[in-house]
Amino acid sequence: MATAVLTGERENYLNKEYGISSWLLTTDHKRIALLYLMSVTLFFFVGGFFALLIRLELLTPAGDLLLADTYNKVFTMHGMVMVFFFLIPVVPAVLGNFLVPLMIGAKDLAFPRINLLSWYLYVIGGLIFIHCMMTGGVDTGWTFYTPFSTAFTNTKIVEAGLAVFVAGFSSILTGLNFIVTIHRMRAPGLTWSRLPLFIWAHYATALIMILGTPVVAVTILLVAVERVFHLGIFNPALGGDPLLFQHLFWFYSHPAVYIMILPSMGIVSEIIACFSRKRIFGYEFVAMSSIGIAVLGFLVWAHHMFVAGISLYSALVFSALSYLVAVPSAVKVFNWTATLYKGSISYTTPMIYALGFLGLFTMGGLTGLFLACLGIDVHVTDTYFVVAHFHYIMVGGVLMGYLGGVHFWWPKMTGRLYPEGWGRVSAVLVFTGFNLTFFPQFILGYAGMPRRYWQYPPEFQVLNVLSTAGSTVLAVGYVLPMIYFLWSLRYGKIADDNPWGAAGLEWKTSSPPTTFNFDQTPEVTWEAYNYDQIPAPAEVSFAR
Amino acid sequence: MRDSPAVVAQAPEHHGPELLHHFARAEQQRDSAALGMWLFLATEIMFFGGMFCAYLIYRLWYFNEFAVGSRSLDIYMGTANTVVLICSSLTVAMGVRAAQLGKRRLLVVLLLLTILFGAAFLGVKAIEWHEKYEKHHIPGASFNVSDLMRENPQMPIDQNHEQIYFSLYFAMTGLHALHMVVGIGIFVVLTWYAWRGRYTPEYHTPIELGGLYWHFVDVVWIYLFPLLYLIDRRR
Repeated sequence: MATAVLTGERENYLNKEYGISSWLLTTDHKRIALLYLMSVTLFFFVGGFFALLIRLELLTPAGDLLLADTYNKVFTMHGMVMVFFFLIPVVPAVLGNFLVPLMIGAKDLAFPRINLLSWYLYVIGGLIFIHCMMTGGVDTGWTFYTPFSTAFTNTKIVEAGLAVFVAGFSSILTGLNFIVTIHRMRAPGLTWSRLPLFIWAHYATALIMILGTPVVAVTILLVAVERVFHLGIFNPALGGDPLLFQHLFWFYSHPAVYIMILPSMGIVSEIIACFSRKRIFGYEFVAMSSIGIAVLGFLVWAHHMFVAGISLYSALVFSALSYLVAVPSAVKVFNWTATLYKGSISYTTPMIYALGFLGLFTMGGLTGLFLACLGIDVHVTDTYFVVAHFHYIMVGGVLMGYLGGVHFWWPKMTGRLYPEGWGRVSAVLVFTGFNLTFFPQFILGYAGMPRRYWQYPPEFQVLNVLSTAGSTVLAVGYVLPMIYFLWSLRYGKIADDNPWGAAGLEWKTSSPPTTFNFDQTPEVTWEAYNYDQIPAPAEVSFAR
Repeated sequence: MRDSPAVVAQAPEHHGPELLHHFARAEQQRDSAALGMWLFLATEIMFFGGMFCAYLIYRLWYFNEFAVGSRSLDIYMGTANTVVLICSSLTVAMGVRAAQLGKRRLLVVLLLLTILFGAAFLGVKAIEWHEKYEKHHIPGASFNVSDLMRENPQMPIDQNHEQIYFSLYFAMTGLHALHMVVGIGIFVVLTWYAWRGRYTPEYHTPIELGGLYWHFVDVVWIYLFPLLYLIDRRR
């Protein structure tokens, strides 16, 4: 990233210091964000590699590419890498880290050294996990279900658990840092009702991170203890309760879905307001819906256990609560749509991603209601319907939002513009490739194809071939931005401080910002998204 | 949580050596540190919470086993340890006051006393664990509670279920002891800095935060003691 070296260039956080140690020992939130960017991207491609293996195996009905046991490990590794080492950290640790202090007019996060520590914990967890993968991996599915994980499988549960445990503390520290920063470090005049929705979303996310993650940490600790000492805490043969494990696990792992999606929702709010050139419709409701999702998200976990043997009455309660989450989610979608109404819309790359997010998240959210419904859930549990549903949220939602955000803030992060034409191509490729991959899986699941098998009856082949074909399109859509982002570091057009004419404090400092973000602490006297007071850029000029 | 944003535009009042670059004022830094510590303690509550939840379920399911296991613990040592920990919290609280008043020598003495109480607690705990080890009450391959079965003929128990009680006993007290070890480590560092005169009436945040942590670990024990030792001691 030493490409910001142009003689006579302003001093910024990239060219202030050089050398490996200036990066590995940095406490600058922007540099730590870039460290995270590189690490999560690495894990994304590792997880993507496993996804590709899965799709190749499922190209034909027979189990011909992988052995059944290998396939079990491949989908487990895909899930664990993507959930724990990509989706959970991706937006908060990269864009959140970079933008939270900038958006609130602070010099850094409240605890810069803890921020660096959290990156190291992530890397240590990641290295442990890579070692675990290289030496055999795990075959339980990413959920570690007992008693299979503690008493039966002979794969590396303890090591994988340790990796997740360590990475979990990275997440806790990031969340803690965000909450304190948002409470204590805001610029003068930046009241809670003037905060960008990105900040509200990250605040809600951080609440889940600090309250949920410790529970999964102690749960995994108990799994490891049970496995090592042959105890029966979760093993029914020894009097333990496997449902207790599932309760504890999902108490975190369901809210973890909101750790993933909420920050992306924050990104989408920023992008849609900017490229509609309007104040976001119903600001207060969008802000509060983030908090609402965080709170309700803690009350719905048992909808993962409807067929696991919980009582009908608790299933009914959890079903009803799960429906309730749709309310704040829908508030967001309707308000974004209302923001678009009569907006002056420009279809830039971030905007295409954001609009894609709207469509895919709506699909994912609505199919979530199918699954909250007890009768349908019993029919489609452990089928590809569930797989398609959560990929619509996690890939269609989180990843679309993330990519939109990286495009949107790339000029701020690097001082360079990405090639807009290629950007649009990639956004459209990701959207089409995604739908081609995962829409057939809804039909497959509804027709009864179970998940986690390496072979299937021949009548499912057409839809599986479509899905695999879509995954290759998707892969191109992901590799393409990698290429042109790297290209733009050297050849991209130099970006203005505010190339989009966007509101928000992060655009009022230089691109890339200086180490302490602002030469003078800004004083905020305006509301968020005051697009009626900001002239639109005459023409957003892009690198060719 | 105050609703007004921290005022940072004012000219810095005084830039003490302890004020980090990204804070405008010492008060802002102190508030941030305190809030961070409270949030950390919230995560700790959730961390222990998972085990308390498991405890609740199994105590309802296997009451006999829990009662018998609880009777097998040494109530005198448990009570002594409770007293020791409460005393240590008192010395911590007095230490914070000494730091506020700038009484360096008193502060060091109180911190050392706290470390001493902490070490005493761990020592007693080690004796208790050792006794369990000798009686084969530690879960695992050599777990055997036939002695408890003989001693409590009126309460039929299942060996596997008894093992769940002892698994939770060791997991919870072990995790608590680990927190004590960390706490003692923190207090050793604090004592060193206090001896060097780093803490003044203006700057003693680390003492306050270390104290918060210590009180938290103490409070966890206040819950563990009745839950593990005092389930049903009637004979």
